Amino acid sequence: MNLMYFTERPYRDVPEDEVIKNRGFFGVPNRFFDREKGSQLYNEYLDEMVYSEDVGFDSIMLNEHHGTPFCMGAVMNVEASILARITKRARIVLLGNPLPTFKNPLRIAEELATIDCISHGRLVPGWVRGAGSEQIFNQANPAYNRERFNEAHDLILAAWTRPGPFRWEGKHFNYRYVNPWVLPYQKPHPPIMIPGVLSPETVVWCAEHRYPYLGLGTALSATAELWNIYGDTAAKLGYVAGSENFGYLQHVVVAETEEKAEELGRAHLFGGGQGAFSRPEHTLPPGYNSREATRRLARTMTAGSGGFLGVSAEQLGRSNEPKEPTNLQQVADSTRRRMARGEATVDEARAAIYKSYPKAVEGLQIIAGTPKSVIPKIRKILEVLRPGTFGVFQSQGPVSFEDRMTSIRLLGQEVLPAVREIGKELGIVDGFERIPGSRPFTAGTKRDQLVSLDALRA
Amino acid sequence: MAEWAEEITHVAGTDLAMIKGGTGKPLLVLHEELGHPGWMSWHEALAKERTLLIPIQPGYGKSPRVEQIRNVHELGMFYSWVMREMNVGQIDVVGFSLGGWVAAEMATANSKQFRKMVLVAPSGIKAPEGEILDIFAVTIGTQLNATVLDIAATPEFRKMYGGERTPEQFEAFEDARTESARIAWDPILHNPSLPYFLAGVRGLPTQIIWGREDATVPVSVGEAYKSALKNTDAKLTIFDHCGHRPEIEKSAEFIKLVREFLV
Repeated sequence: MNLMYFTERPYRDVPEDEVIKNRGFFGVPNRFFDREKGSQLYNEYLDEMVYSEDVGFDSIMLNEHHGTPFCMGAVMNVEASILARITKRARIVLLGNPLPTFKNPLRIAEELATIDCISHGRLVPGWVRGAGSEQIFNQANPAYNRERFNEAHDLILAAWTRPGPFRWEGKHFNYRYVNPWVLPYQKPHPPIMIPGVLSPETVVWCAEHRYPYLGLGTALSATAELWNIYGDTAAKLGYVAGSENFGYLQHVVVAETEEKAEELGRAHLFGGGQGAFSRPEHTLPPGYNSREATRRLARTMTAGSGGFLGVSAEQLGRSNEPKEPTNLQQVADSTRRRMARGEATVDEARAAIYKSYPKAVEGLQIIAGTPKSVIPKIRKILEVLRPGTFGVFQSQGPVSFEDRMTSIRLLGQEVLPAVREIGKELGIVDGFERIPGSRPFTAGTKRDQLVSLDALRA
Repeated sequence: MAEWAEEITHVAGTDLAMIKGGTGKPLLVLHEELGHPGWMSWHEALAKERTLLIPIQPGYGKSPRVEQIRNVHELGMFYSWVMREMNVGQIDVVGFSLGGWVAAEMATANSKQFRKMVLVAPSGIKAPEGEILDIFAVTIGTQLNATVLDIAATPEFRKMYGGERTPEQFEAFEDARTESARIAWDPILHNPSLPYFLAGVRGLPTQIIWGREDATVPVSVGEAYKSALKNTDAKLTIFDHCGHRPEIEKSAEFIKLVREFLV
């Protein structure tokens, strides 16, 4: 198994009231950024990542968001470049560069090749369409999001693998002289991984390219459904998909006592947590979703299955809200709607946010505890989804450096060895042990069972 | 009630949905960025003496997207082609908001294709004062509500787009917003070259109409249109206590003004 450490690198000192008043992290005015705190946090995060390698994680994951205290990794490749030099063994997994937002993807090909060279071939690039807010922030036309993603991807792969110089004349990108001098260390190119939040289009695209798909904390049953779509697509394309084709990222925080762990776990909900990533108008700018996805959305009024940055009923701009919010996303949405109408105070909104904590724990959206209590919960996820890559998502919110480092230490000392054993027992293989898409599928036979819904019901 | 019908015409290499209604000389109506709002009282009034031709913009659900139209100028080229192919000859045009911008682009390419032009609060020029509302970064509800100054005092507001937010209407709005974003996302709802080319428009009487309290496209854009159209007879009329939809907010005055201008 590929065990991966991830911190979103939040700006932890933003006043929670401002996030709640803004009804989301994206767009909180940047006058609340303090350079001293920002400087300190960036360095702490690098220390955390080095330490995670020391305690036994196989990979370190970075991500990228713009214009938000939710994540300071606006220029992820800069952080990755530093990690390339100051870490020794861990893979550097970028999930991912928001390709459609780049005006010059050839530059991204160069940056990534540089990181791969400096790290002696430890880079795992990954690409995303970018959240809706990234399109707003970067002036990237959301109506061309998928097209720009596809073309930038093809261009980067071509820049890495096709002998230059050559000309690139596409729909969105034109280059007269593609000939990057620095090419990736790994041949023919670094192994690619794609994260997602339950877009079937992305899952099918990954299966077509034989890229592992990593679910970003998405609801287990919906995730299982999509992985079956991946498996069916793979079989049609003539290969067997297995655990090497999948990854899953999970909020996990570990402490010496259950009380402390709960305090850290609750911090995940700071400001509204994932559900408050951005307001609906920023989450879904026009054209960001395909027409088919928009049609599904217009008819699927259920909320809460979208995972990180997930869409919900509120994002339809419709008035019929659930009477009794039943999960994390719905609570956040309901409160934000009432805030928008001036029917809820900041304190009421905050109370509603933290009230949802037990449900978040029950639904395994947050795993917080001592090593002893978190291991069975992780086991359940591994049994249901069988992900080759399992990512641990460090606590968000106002959690001290000391508490974060303690969590990493306990993970390394007690949790990771146990998870590795469980992985072995379940026969989970990661995408570095077995190349995704390398096993041919024999027509007429049954494909691998990718998920276990029995384990989910158990 | 004037007769009107929606039909699909194969024209300019695509299947274009078009609403036709009324009687008399044709009048080209270019709808706004959320689409054709439905048959309103001003349609009814003008249809008594004119045949309204209301093409549904490509990409707006009923007409398929034309990939080759990649900006508003090219949309204008497309409609010019449509008009040529339909053999309407020199025609009058009324354009609303983004539709007004399209009409202005058409006029810069060939002012002779129009006899008279009415621009109702068109986007297309960077606001000298204030900002054009970034309709792509707000919800549909916010966008719609921002178009009129006083919803309670605008009875026709609730009749627009069928008056109900059904899933079908949500999809139609999303189609419209997606297509508008596709062609007008960057620069934000304007063409930096448009003022320069508007000076080339000659011999095209133009009536520009604005609401003083327009919160979607500030009235300063109206002034900019008037000064850019310096080589033709352009008049700017501003209604007080009125937002972005004078056609329903000041319906009677709007109908009178347009009727008299189009004589």
